[in-house]
Amino acid sequence: MSIEGWLQFLLLVAVVLATAPPLGRYIARVYGDERTAPGDRVLLPVERAVYRICRVDPDREQHWTGYALAVLAFTAVSFGFLYALLRLQGALPLNPLDLPGVEPRIAFNTAVSFATNTNWQTYAGEAVMSPLSQMAGLGVQNFVSAAAGMAVMAAFIRGLARRGTATLGNFWVDLVRGTLRILLPMSFLMALFLVGQGTVQNFAGKTVVTTVEGAEQLIPGGAAASQIAIKQLGTNGGGFFDANSAHPFENATALGNFVETWSILVIPFALAFAFGHLVNDRRQGRAAFGIMIGVWAAMSIAAMVLESAGNPLLTALGVDQSASALQSGGSMEGKEVRFGPAASGLWAASTTGTSNGSVNAMHDSFTPLGGGTALLHMLFGEVSPGGVGVGLNGLLIMAILAVFIAGLMVGRTPEYLGKKIGATEIKLVMLYLLAMPAVVLGFSAVSAVSDGALSSLGNGGPHGLSEILYAYASTANNNGSAFGGLDSTTWWYAVTAGPAMLAGRFFLIIPVLAVAGALGRKKPAPASAGTLPTHTPLFGGMVVGVVVITAGLTFFPALALGPVVEHLSL
Amino acid sequence: MLRHLLAAAGMLAVLTAITGAAYPLAVTGAAQALFPERANGSIVERDGEPVGSELLAQSFTGPGYFHPRPSAVDYDAADSGGSNLGPSSPELLDGVEERAETYREENGLAAGAEVPVDAVTASGSGLDPHISPANARIQADRVAQARGLDRAEVLELVEQATDGRALGVLGEEGVNVLKLNLALDEAAG
Repeated sequence: MSIEGWLQFLLLVAVVLATAPPLGRYIARVYGDERTAPGDRVLLPVERAVYRICRVDPDREQHWTGYALAVLAFTAVSFGFLYALLRLQGALPLNPLDLPGVEPRIAFNTAVSFATNTNWQTYAGEAVMSPLSQMAGLGVQNFVSAAAGMAVMAAFIRGLARRGTATLGNFWVDLVRGTLRILLPMSFLMALFLVGQGTVQNFAGKTVVTTVEGAEQLIPGGAAASQIAIKQLGTNGGGFFDANSAHPFENATALGNFVETWSILVIPFALAFAFGHLVNDRRQGRAAFGIMIGVWAAMSIAAMVLESAGNPLLTALGVDQSASALQSGGSMEGKEVRFGPAASGLWAASTTGTSNGSVNAMHDSFTPLGGGTALLHMLFGEVSPGGVGVGLNGLLIMAILAVFIAGLMVGRTPEYLGKKIGATEIKLVMLYLLAMPAVVLGFSAVSAVSDGALSSLGNGGPHGLSEILYAYASTANNNGSAFGGLDSTTWWYAVTAGPAMLAGRFFLIIPVLAVAGALGRKKPAPASAGTLPTHTPLFGGMVVGVVVITAGLTFFPALALGPVVEHLSL
Repeated sequence: MLRHLLAAAGMLAVLTAITGAAYPLAVTGAAQALFPERANGSIVERDGEPVGSELLAQSFTGPGYFHPRPSAVDYDAADSGGSNLGPSSPELLDGVEERAETYREENGLAAGAEVPVDAVTASGSGLDPHISPANARIQADRVAQARGLDRAEVLELVEQATDGRALGVLGEEGVNVLKLNLALDEAAG
């Protein structure tokens, strides 16, 4: 990789280190029990009005079951509304191109996808979605599904931090505060920055021009910037255009690309610091951050180096893939010149570590191990740093598993943050741990032997298996990116992605809330000489070990038959 | 559960009004006031007529013009996307081989000469507005010959149409093909 490639990686690390801690402190105040945060003078009255309209009592706290039911109800209503909106868009206003209603299987898939913060994209935005569907449907879910993820995280942290109480806060309050105080202001600034870089933001349909050589070209329009800002900040990823963030109208410049990469990462990383503040032990937050950034950095460097090295099969055809002063070189199929292989690899690792499904280069055309890196990063369970809220939840679940394993090794009752971890909690952790692999491997196995599913593949051989694995890894981890050669619009993939996405979302959220409910009731035990400290590098290493070994044992055979075999056959 | 569903419906309605209507309208208003040209697609005009967008590739095939990268969507800006062909796909390898041969022929390179990777691979969007400086330098000979211009003169225009790395390190250098070709037409008078 070129010097500039390394420098842009280091610059991103520096900017994250500078911005995540203060943002984390702010987020802790948004979800903290004191309920005072900057901006109260303006926002408190707005929030009170929202609660009044919705007849919600903000002071009434919910038990874990009530909280979980509220999340489920909100997701169900969101799904229903979005499905109806997409099906009926042909008869609704704000449809300048007279697009018909979205067909049922695509509408079903998209509604599940956006309500679960997956944003798996089975549609070509510019050709299928009316401006109304984009703004009032997809755009809204970009905000609220992200805010719901952060709300569950806030509830989980309360369960860890509180002593002897059975309630975890109020979902509606967390949802509204996360949307209005975190996502909305950041998105507004980000959207304007993106327009300055060239992202379109208008209500014109298409502009028809006659090109220099006399052909006709349709230049698309739309309210793209406002949606792309929240698509990145909320770790969503559903593109306004089919080519997603590779499209110059979504991601016009290398500077914009860099700031977007930062915006994908900053909230998930900041939440680690927010966690430290909320449990009143900032060392715990720093430890979580250290684990996240360590894994992310390793995967980022791997993807950047592998993509910069290029595809040996092309070298044999007389293609120059070496880096020089005049070209980036590297694997350029499916990549844009303004980004090159380094910034594309960095983006791929950052999005697959965060449940953000946006792509600035086509992952299907990555080198076998480069694409395999993106795939493996999702299979780690997206905890480095993970989607907004859900990533930290996943990491804390892995931390609980790590103290349990450590407890088994030394023969002590495991504790996390002073709370004893018992059989109930570990059963719930196992439920989370087994659900995602069961979905990924189960659906992949069926797809690999059914003719209907195989006919949707864009590539044959081991790469075809990679396409299948990637599809279910992405949906079951609520990521949303794809090996796009696979035709996800066919009945089999459009429909099976639905339960995969729901399992990915709710086999995390519900066990997490149940663990929070169980832990919240417990009184913390005083720390003793035998307590395993959970803020040390040693413990951080153990958590990384648990993450890597669990994913490795589960998925290594499948990965060996896909990306690894393809690499060895080059 | 009914209580939760009613609250959920209310919340979705209110948050839709805020994030699905007020927010995009506010962004559009501010964007149109601050960056009208970019918000509307960075349209490039010649003699008062729009000829394309500075950010989107368009097809150029004549020998007197620089050619953009291959496009999986045939430069149709109503669509977008890459080939999604895997690294060992026979279709990809055949396509690259064929494009490399055409590129060598068009630009007078020896059989088997190395060609820049961006010239023979399809971009991610299918609308990549840039080519690498290496690619532009090779095409400059052909363009200069076709137009009867000095190679040095053409390279000067290439230089002017080159977008450098942001902040010196971000992304890669690229030559904007549409801007370059318009500048060529202008230079030719």
